[in-house]
Amino acid sequence: MSETKQQKLRSKKGHERRINGTIYTVLTIMSIVWLVPFVFLVLQSFRSYQLEKGGMVDYLIPKHFSLDNYAFLFEGSNFFSWCGKALLIALIIACLSSLLVVVAGKWLDRRDTVKRAERACALGACLVVGYVALALLAGAMHGFALAGNLVHALIGLALFILAGAIIARVYLKQDSKLLRSIPGYVVEDKYEGVKKLFAMAAEFLAVTLIVQCILCPMTTSQYLKWYGNTLTIALFTSVIQTVIVLSVSYALSRLRFKGRKLIMNVVLVLGLFPGFLTMITLYFLLKQMGLTQAGSVPGLILIYCASSGMGYYISKGFFDTIPKSLDESARIDGATRFQVFLKIIMPLAKPIVIYTILMAFMAPWGDYVFASYVAFGHQNGYNVAVGLYNWVNTNDYQNYFTRFCAGGVLVAVPITALFLALQKYYVEGVTGGAVKG
Amino acid sequence: MVDLDYLKMSKPQKFLHNLAGFFKALPGRIGGGFVNLGRRIAGFFKGLGLSIADLVTTFREGDWKTRLSYLVMGSGSMARGQWGRGLLFFLFQTVFNLYMVNFGVAYLSKLNTLGVVETYKEGRRTVYGDNSFLILLYGVLTLFFILAFIYTWRVNIKQNKISQQILKSGKKLKSTKEDLQSLMDSQFHKTLLALPTLGVFVFTILPIFFMILVAFTNFDYNHQPPSKLFTWVGFENFKTLLSSGSASYGDTFRQVLFWTLVWAFFATFLNYFLGMFVAIMINKKGIKLKKMWRTILVMTIAIPQFVSLLYVSKMFAADGLINTYLMKWHWISQPIPFWTNPGWARFTIILINIWIGIPYLMLIATGILMNIPADLYESARIDGANAMQMYGKITLPYMLFVTGPYLLTSFTGNINNFNVIFLLSQGKPMGLSGNAGYTDLLITWLYRMTVSDTNYKIAAVIGIMVFVVLAVINLVVYNLIPSVKNEEDFQ
Repeated sequence: MSETKQQKLRSKKGHERRINGTIYTVLTIMSIVWLVPFVFLVLQSFRSYQLEKGGMVDYLIPKHFSLDNYAFLFEGSNFFSWCGKALLIALIIACLSSLLVVVAGKWLDRRDTVKRAERACALGACLVVGYVALALLAGAMHGFALAGNLVHALIGLALFILAGAIIARVYLKQDSKLLRSIPGYVVEDKYEGVKKLFAMAAEFLAVTLIVQCILCPMTTSQYLKWYGNTLTIALFTSVIQTVIVLSVSYALSRLRFKGRKLIMNVVLVLGLFPGFLTMITLYFLLKQMGLTQAGSVPGLILIYCASSGMGYYISKGFFDTIPKSLDESARIDGATRFQVFLKIIMPLAKPIVIYTILMAFMAPWGDYVFASYVAFGHQNGYNVAVGLYNWVNTNDYQNYFTRFCAGGVLVAVPITALFLALQKYYVEGVTGGAVKG
Repeated sequence: MVDLDYLKMSKPQKFLHNLAGFFKALPGRIGGGFVNLGRRIAGFFKGLGLSIADLVTTFREGDWKTRLSYLVMGSGSMARGQWGRGLLFFLFQTVFNLYMVNFGVAYLSKLNTLGVVETYKEGRRTVYGDNSFLILLYGVLTLFFILAFIYTWRVNIKQNKISQQILKSGKKLKSTKEDLQSLMDSQFHKTLLALPTLGVFVFTILPIFFMILVAFTNFDYNHQPPSKLFTWVGFENFKTLLSSGSASYGDTFRQVLFWTLVWAFFATFLNYFLGMFVAIMINKKGIKLKKMWRTILVMTIAIPQFVSLLYVSKMFAADGLINTYLMKWHWISQPIPFWTNPGWARFTIILINIWIGIPYLMLIATGILMNIPADLYESARIDGANAMQMYGKITLPYMLFVTGPYLLTSFTGNINNFNVIFLLSQGKPMGLSGNAGYTDLLITWLYRMTVSDTNYKIAAVIGIMVFVVLAVINLVVYNLIPSVKNEEDFQ
């Protein structure tokens, strides 16, 4: 009796093992298929375009591994020296000021009443704001004094704002630790929002200024220019679009007003028209504002952001799942709708905020259609997609193919890293969106 | 009895029954729709009559402030001390008046001909005549502006009436400060939606209206403003696109539409089932390294499509890696015509799209599979169901029900899936009339019509056709799948 049972169990186990084996085989094969093109891409980007043919060849492994494709991309720029200097200065300033902040923190630490805690909050806010303002001033002065030229001044400004932002960050961390360490700390930090907002704004400004100043005018390398354009567009788009999408979806999900259904239906109908239908009109509108060709970067930002309110579905679905009782209890406590939005819903909506930012940031990297149409014929206004597309789809692609590979790798690596780091939020957004439509 | 019969049917029979029911009910529904539309129109006119009557009574019963507001918008509010509102109304009217006097009337009066004065050369100098493009665009804008003005004017009158009533009952009116505060509270939706609505209006609604109107003109390479005029031609372009003949694109349109639907079908359902299959494999109990498998597959989402698709398209080219290696190993003597033979090109595109599309579905299916109650499977296993039966009876119905709306949006998205086609084949191989290729979707054809052929009138008609196709599909599915219809119930 027990023997047959064991046999049965054993056969079942064997069956299970066979199934799992098959699954592993299938998954391995799939993984190979999925990764192989990217491995090829990287391999071919190391094939020298000077020593071997730059285009299609009948072998995969390069005969001479070389970096000359990458060198070509950076040709004519003093990108690295600038990067080095910028990092060094930022690092020094950050070290010095965090030292200062720690000392100040220790000093404040000795006092331990609630009143003092409140004062500490205010002091913290003042310090953050003051730091950023000082950084602005110092940067401007430094720039003009050293260079006497606008671009250099801007770079100096950017560096100092970045430094200020880093200081603000460090300070914020110290600040909250400090506040929590005060016994009997019950007061809410009224200025927390202000502090964070300031630090974030400063960081954002610094990054975009650096991108624009270091990557763009300082270089004759076209690739870096395209890269800088795309990065600038992506940064601005991700911020503006997120604000727009979140406000629209919040309004449609939580607020009840006349015309709400109408708006949703109109958006539904508009969504059925293909996006490229209106291309010439958009081009004309941008041209009227002077935002085509040379001005393609702000023009593209405008195009990506203007209609982004129509993509509210996924975040509205998310807002719908947050219980309404939260809003109501806050409203009873006297909060305005704006306060409910900022203080109650936003903190809970972190996953969807990150998802929206991620999507908005990634989209401009892949856009070819509008970018090529808006920047038509003006090479300095291209984004990476347009530039690289033109490299492989011109008659000269035999020459530029490996350089395309190298350029592609440089685009793909940071984006992929970002995506994989935030994958969790992406999955959340996608599954939520699919289930609720 | 009928219900019992229905319950006895198997799944496909039920579906057929529903389908038949849908088409049987269609004439009635369309009739009902018209009746409804008629009722709505009647309601609209009734409302219009009522509001005109209301205007008259408000005027008769109003004090001088209200009456003045009929002429000068916002004057009533200002006279009652609501400066903020009053100024806004007044500003709007001023802008409207200035616009109408300076541009609006001129463009509007030319809208029926789209301009008659041709551009001509006087010696060396070019004398510009009418610009049909501007006339059409600003004409449409002016029409919208007039509608907005009428609406605002009506709101202005209504507010006067309400203020008068409030004052009569002895209460106080809202001050400007309170008005501003209410924008953060009870009127918060206005603050949130103002900017997005403006953006959508200028960059979506206005252009779409403009392009719909372009479909009824002869705006193309022979009629390019500012040097040439274009004008209204009625349904000429629709005839060109839909009828077959040497000068028209009927055959091409049918071919492209057919391929678009085939493509959307495969791209949606093939990916759907394969993706679900992969998700089930990865999520099976006892499979290790789940996260690694998922991350590897997700790579195709992470890497920008213009890198991955452009590279893959070159891999499959006649002198690409795949062909050259196959020839090196003497498996083939001629390069496989991946992009030059219509059949091969279509097959390759669908194949590569699996590579791009499976990961999305895998992610979605993973999320949903985890939500299926485990005890369902447990009880099924006790009843002796095998894996296939459990899949057919539990997993699939659950998935289909939950992802119904997603399938619809994904089908719609695939009909408009520009990137995959454009980056892989650019619509090639060419060979259809109207400069279309065998792998062209309606949308890529539209793109080529706009960018390289500058045949805007036909592009506009194609755009309208895409809209019609999508609207029909959406309506049919909306009526057939319950979970699509009830998506609002989820709250």
